[in-house]
Amino acid sequence: MKKLITLTLLVLFTFTSNVSANEWDKIRIGVEGAYPPFSSIEKDGTLKGFDIDIARALCEEIGAECVLVPQDWDGIIPALLARKYDAIIASMSITEERKKKVAFSEKYYNTPAKFARKKGSGIIISKAGMKGKTVGVQRATIHDNFITAEFGDSVNIKRYGTQDEAYLDAIAGRIDLLLADSIAMDEGFLKTDKGKGWEFVGPGYSDPKYFGVGAGIAVRKNERELAKLFSLAIKVIRANGVYHRINGKYFAFDVY
Amino acid sequence: MDYEVIFTNIHLYIEGLWVTIQLVFLSLVCGFVLALPIALLAICRSPWIQIFPKTYIYFFRGTPLLVQMFLIYHGMGQFEFVRESVIWIVFKEAYWCALIAFALNTAGYTAEILRGTIEQTPFGDFEAARACGMSKSTMYRRIILPGTFRRALPAYGNETIFMLHGSALAGVVTIVDLFGAAKVVNSRHFVPFESFITAGFFYFCLTFIIVSLFKKLEFRWNAHLRPRKV
Repeated sequence: MKKLITLTLLVLFTFTSNVSANEWDKIRIGVEGAYPPFSSIEKDGTLKGFDIDIARALCEEIGAECVLVPQDWDGIIPALLARKYDAIIASMSITEERKKKVAFSEKYYNTPAKFARKKGSGIIISKAGMKGKTVGVQRATIHDNFITAEFGDSVNIKRYGTQDEAYLDAIAGRIDLLLADSIAMDEGFLKTDKGKGWEFVGPGYSDPKYFGVGAGIAVRKNERELAKLFSLAIKVIRANGVYHRINGKYFAFDVY
Repeated sequence: MDYEVIFTNIHLYIEGLWVTIQLVFLSLVCGFVLALPIALLAICRSPWIQIFPKTYIYFFRGTPLLVQMFLIYHGMGQFEFVRESVIWIVFKEAYWCALIAFALNTAGYTAEILRGTIEQTPFGDFEAARACGMSKSTMYRRIILPGTFRRALPAYGNETIFMLHGSALAGVVTIVDLFGAAKVVNSRHFVPFESFITAGFFYFCLTFIIVSLFKKLEFRWNAHLRPRKV
């Protein structure tokens, strides 16, 4: 094992010294900042979360300076294409639709999606059980695509700019169900004080048709080299324990 | 440029257009009905009465529409007693929240337009009405208010257009109006220029209709000011 790590590091070292050290001494990374525990903005304005730590660790591995740029989810791909930053590390699932516009690295984590309901509401996850109910999702996410395609004809869908806004309306009682990433919802809502009155319901969804193959790092299509660099760096931090350490900071099990 | 996604999603825009028209129309009607009594109170000489309309106008002109809408939409939802009470039926729906915010806001501006115009009524109008032996209410109904509406028309036309453009804020609180539709299309297909220019085009058309409506109204109501045909 040790040999393998040294070998990978060696490969990476030669790789970076050839490519990145020249081209990428500074990488600007687009992050969201409203998706706890993956990415959130602290009271003092600093960024915090799994995505943020992973971004920093990957930059360090590549040997480049990391500049984090917070950006609303709605405009996160257009801003990448407009060169406001060079990569997106914002829990973005690798889907076919997005691949038309951007290139992805390998996945850096993959967790299923789940519904949550208000405790005591007794809503059952089926077309009949959800008829006429209002489901809150974040706009233009895999969850939005899934609910629109599979349940669009029987439920009302409310689409939010950020996941946090969906939680706000869930607390206010404007929506009956939430559909989101199970980990994000568990850590960012259900386990917090605000989410006390809510609980998971139904199975975990991970159909690649809607949910892709996990969250990856998006780059512009003409810069696939950078995506490869990230893929390699992901492998390295998986192997050298950095990923494990970051993972342990936020989750009780391995989200890879 | 990729306008194909616009055409495949055109139904979203059409539905959004309809929501925008509804919201703007209803809020203008409610706002005007609310504005008239506020304006009439504001021209009362008693400072004790004046304080209510003046405070109202100051508040709604003094804070951004977005802040007012967030106060009503997110702010109201925060309080347990609001959520438990009957009025929650109204505040639960984003649509009604937006409508209330828009109507209250435009009422503030419209009241100020009407107040200013009433106060600028030529003194001769009052004198003539009194000389005819009209009571105060008859005078306002027959002379002062019709003259006011006539003179307030250009300013009110402006307010109508502002309201139309301000209504784009509805898209921020989950309502799929014109702007909301553009946001959905943009975030699904990542084409910000095409999706927002399309919304802009629809707003432009609506503005054009409003402008020509007000032109027609001005032409009719100010008929007596037109040069006569010989």
